[in-house]
Amino acid sequence: MPKLTIDGIEVEVAQGTSILQACEQIGIEIPRFCFHDKLSVVASCRMCLVEVEKMPKPVPSCAQPCADGMVVHTNSPAVKKARKGVMELLLINHPLDCPICDQGGECDLQDQAVAYGRSCGRYRDEKRAVPEKDFGPLIKTAMTRCIHCTRCVRFLNEICGTPELGGMKRGENLEIGMYAEHALTSELSGNLIDICPVGALTNKPNAFAARSWEYQKTETVDVMDAVGSNIRVDTIGNVARRILPRLNEDVNEEWISDKTRFAVDGLRYGRLDKPWVKRDGALVPASWDEAFSVIADRLRDVPAGRVGALAGDLADCESMFALKMLLTGLGSPNLDCRQDGALYDVSSRGAYIMNSGISGIEEADAILLIGTNPRHEAALINARIRKRWLRGGCRVGVIGPEVDPGYPYTYISASPGAIPAILDGREAFASVLKDAQRPMFIVGAGALARPDGAAIHRYVRELAESFNAVREDWNGFNVLQHAAARVGGLDLGFLPQESGWGTRDILNGRLEFLWLLGADEVDLSNIGGAFVVYQGHHGDAGARRADVILPGAAYTEKMGLYVNTEGRPQLALQAAFPPGEAREDWAIVRAVSDACGATLPFDTLMQLREAMFEYAPVLECAGQVQKTLWESFGGDGRLSHDPFGLAVPNFYMTNPICRASPTMAKCSEEILPLLRREGTE
Amino acid sequence: MLEDKDRIFTNLYGFESWSLNAARRRGVYDGTADILPKGRDWIIEEIKKSNLRGRGGAGFPTGMKWSFMPKDNSLPHYLLINADESEPGTCKDRDILRHDPYRLLEGALIASYAVGAHAVYIYVRGEYFNEAAILQQAVDEAYSYGLLGRNAMGAGWDCDVFIHRGAGAYVCGEETALMESLEGKKGQPRNKPPFPANAGLYSCPTTVNNVETIASVPEILRRGAGWFNGFGRPKNNGTKIFCISGHVNKPCNVEETMGIPLRELIETHAGGVRGGWDNLLAVIPGGSSTPLVPAHLCDSVIMDFDGLREVQSSFGTGAVIVMDKSTDIIYAIARISAFYKHESCGQCTPCREGIAWLARTMARMVRGDASVDEIDTMIEVTKQIEGKTICAFADGAVWPIQGLVRHFRPLLVERIEAYRKTARKA
Repeated sequence: MPKLTIDGIEVEVAQGTSILQACEQIGIEIPRFCFHDKLSVVASCRMCLVEVEKMPKPVPSCAQPCADGMVVHTNSPAVKKARKGVMELLLINHPLDCPICDQGGECDLQDQAVAYGRSCGRYRDEKRAVPEKDFGPLIKTAMTRCIHCTRCVRFLNEICGTPELGGMKRGENLEIGMYAEHALTSELSGNLIDICPVGALTNKPNAFAARSWEYQKTETVDVMDAVGSNIRVDTIGNVARRILPRLNEDVNEEWISDKTRFAVDGLRYGRLDKPWVKRDGALVPASWDEAFSVIADRLRDVPAGRVGALAGDLADCESMFALKMLLTGLGSPNLDCRQDGALYDVSSRGAYIMNSGISGIEEADAILLIGTNPRHEAALINARIRKRWLRGGCRVGVIGPEVDPGYPYTYISASPGAIPAILDGREAFASVLKDAQRPMFIVGAGALARPDGAAIHRYVRELAESFNAVREDWNGFNVLQHAAARVGGLDLGFLPQESGWGTRDILNGRLEFLWLLGADEVDLSNIGGAFVVYQGHHGDAGARRADVILPGAAYTEKMGLYVNTEGRPQLALQAAFPPGEAREDWAIVRAVSDACGATLPFDTLMQLREAMFEYAPVLECAGQVQKTLWESFGGDGRLSHDPFGLAVPNFYMTNPICRASPTMAKCSEEILPLLRREGTE
Repeated sequence: MLEDKDRIFTNLYGFESWSLNAARRRGVYDGTADILPKGRDWIIEEIKKSNLRGRGGAGFPTGMKWSFMPKDNSLPHYLLINADESEPGTCKDRDILRHDPYRLLEGALIASYAVGAHAVYIYVRGEYFNEAAILQQAVDEAYSYGLLGRNAMGAGWDCDVFIHRGAGAYVCGEETALMESLEGKKGQPRNKPPFPANAGLYSCPTTVNNVETIASVPEILRRGAGWFNGFGRPKNNGTKIFCISGHVNKPCNVEETMGIPLRELIETHAGGVRGGWDNLLAVIPGGSSTPLVPAHLCDSVIMDFDGLREVQSSFGTGAVIVMDKSTDIIYAIARISAFYKHESCGQCTPCREGIAWLARTMARMVRGDASVDEIDTMIEVTKQIEGKTICAFADGAVWPIQGLVRHFRPLLVERIEAYRKTARKA
């Protein structure tokens, strides 16, 4: 533990801490451009120079480890002069076009120029101009503004594992780019916008929309996948314009996926903003009361056993719980939150969540992926796996589709047939798992939705137990969900009740009344003449088949609880109001209950939550994962020899919001063919 | 003047064949097998005693550098021989590579043993095509005679030598950039710490030495440290190849003792300055990156590390560039600046941006198209760059300008005023 003095303050830091980190610990701010906590250190911007006594030259504080007895000055005249000098040099070729630059207001260079810049420039020769690059539909470039910190290069190399950018040419002509220009294929490429300290890489779909200080900022969570990324929604008026990540080391660190960031424009298109009722075979706009009375009339005619409900991938816990109460109150046992029709045993919480936790990946020393492509099902979990792999001492095995996740892996087989071989040690990867202290088994929700899903589920449990992955200090059994609503729905028991029907039976035409709570990814072709109520926010597949449409709120427009794949309940806050007459979903269900005479026992969201927490206490502590007991679960059946398919064939098109997003459409048009070329498909 | 019997590089001019037989006749591989059994520590101690300092420009004591190599062998150790000789004015390693390659290979074997490296990489400048070809032949032949490879020379040490040709970047001669380049990456210098002796090539302990340094080692060990440090002044001992170019009557490479007066060096070996000593304008004493020494200081300056520091210059690689009074010294320095602008790797800010700025200003200074206070701005910018970068490249790039302004400021001012006058007329 080296002890050193920084600006007269004595501080003791952990071995290997850099001077810059030590300064941060005691609240001294060191200016920097190239340094980033999560990236390797290059010390090339030279902005963080400090003076260390007995060292002949100023040292870059980001790269210099603390040593015992060091005396550091961060504010001496020499340091100030060095910073001022570097700042002047950074600015000589910078276009200084802040008034027309989208980064203005949140630009590191701008901020630090205020602190360290000269009042006027001394450079009187020509400035450098750099041709623009085409990095695809998400990132707008202004490469003349680039200060060559190489954060973007390092981000793609290190975090994403898609080394597509690099520095070309040298000296003053250094350019960040690629030899054969194409769109960036990483699912995390949007983070380049955040890490770029200047306006060289900016948000293309949101270009010139607003200045950073004009946004209303709301901290909430994401629903595009089951990671539950912590986000900040920036709105102008009532329009959500952009989404930025929030720091949460346990979940998304400080990154978000491109879908999370850029699908936000889908909230502006294809919205349901008033109730619709089908009259004479055509949907016509209606009032809320009309819609309710149509539903109430219908419910009166249909026997309770012929009523059912499906919850979609974006549903919040409150609306699912309210709907469940409504249906059970009406006497219907036909509920399911598993749009994919999965039939594995979900009687115990440990059976359907990621027990190791997302940050647990960093402790694992062997990872077996079964029937999943985490790169597209949960891009940030994939980034964690890559992070773990990069640190060394962790091998990854894959049973399932042969894709490029951004790290090397041992390919075992395409079908689940290899699982018994691993169990009895015939498969070579078994020895890797056997030697591991903390083996991790990650099975994709897509794999569990197969006809033999229950058998796969049982086998993965057996794997985890036989390789000693389930014990007091470690649980290596993990289900990787890819729907934001799934774990919440399962926690709330939005499942077939006593002798009720599940998704497959609900959809096979026996129902007379079907309530779709944002369920759009289901096959409605066999439901016959059932009366369909669609409650949701986008005019997608469900709304097209509906007899009554109840316009709900999207995830940015309501308070709601979502549970991510590791079982972490997180509160989403309201960033904007639902459009037109649309209302918050739980309130709609509550109003319907009133109309059909089965009034639900709550008038406010808080009362609803109280009832919900009573039913599912695991949801009570938002942000925290409750310890999960390991109980018996498992199904029967035999493994099939069919190869695993891709649960998410198109990363950019998974839910009604991204299907409505022009940006996501551009991505699937431009980026998807590139991925296919690389063999990710 | 160095006597012939004390020369290390006895085939510097290629008067004899470079072949193994000819090299053996010159004493190469004489008793090498007896040197290794004396042990690693003995070799390092002897080199320390000889006061051999690195011949690549920085002048770091070689024995000390070797002693930094960790003794435990849990990681592979590497020896890198830097033959990426690109400093303008310097051409000494080239003559060793093409006329005396076995001397280098003998040194490589001994040095690899001293630093515990079983693998030696020789990074040859890309433009040295013929030299690399000769070196490769020498390596192949050395293998066939058991002078390299497993149990080389029967001394019980495995030593493999690999030749890698660079692609023509000056900065790849910087030791850490050289390692990056060797690893297949873009040749950009690394931060220190970690130093190469702890984490160098492939993050393993590595020693990087210049060709001339390594090639001097066998002779020092054969004749003893006392012989070598008998030449020159304390801490500046030994013999050294000087490269004399520019406005002299007979430009040449010559091995001389350290500490020879500059005037004696030029007049004895290079046939004197063109037009006589009085026609001398200035000398760049150690390769393009060292500050120039004006004529009046050249009379007395001593050619070694300390002697040149006294005149605010640097010994560098010992490449003396002589300029007589016909030289447009501003243009000469502007040309050097342009070279450094072109060769900067572009990694760190001061070098990437600052040197280009200086080069542009210098280009205008040649015409006089500048203002007088820009001379001070230029010096201030050199101070903003110097010592603020990852590697020493930027220091070498700004020193020539500092030297110019230090000694020829009146000329710069004169040029600016003359330009103003003509501009006013026009």
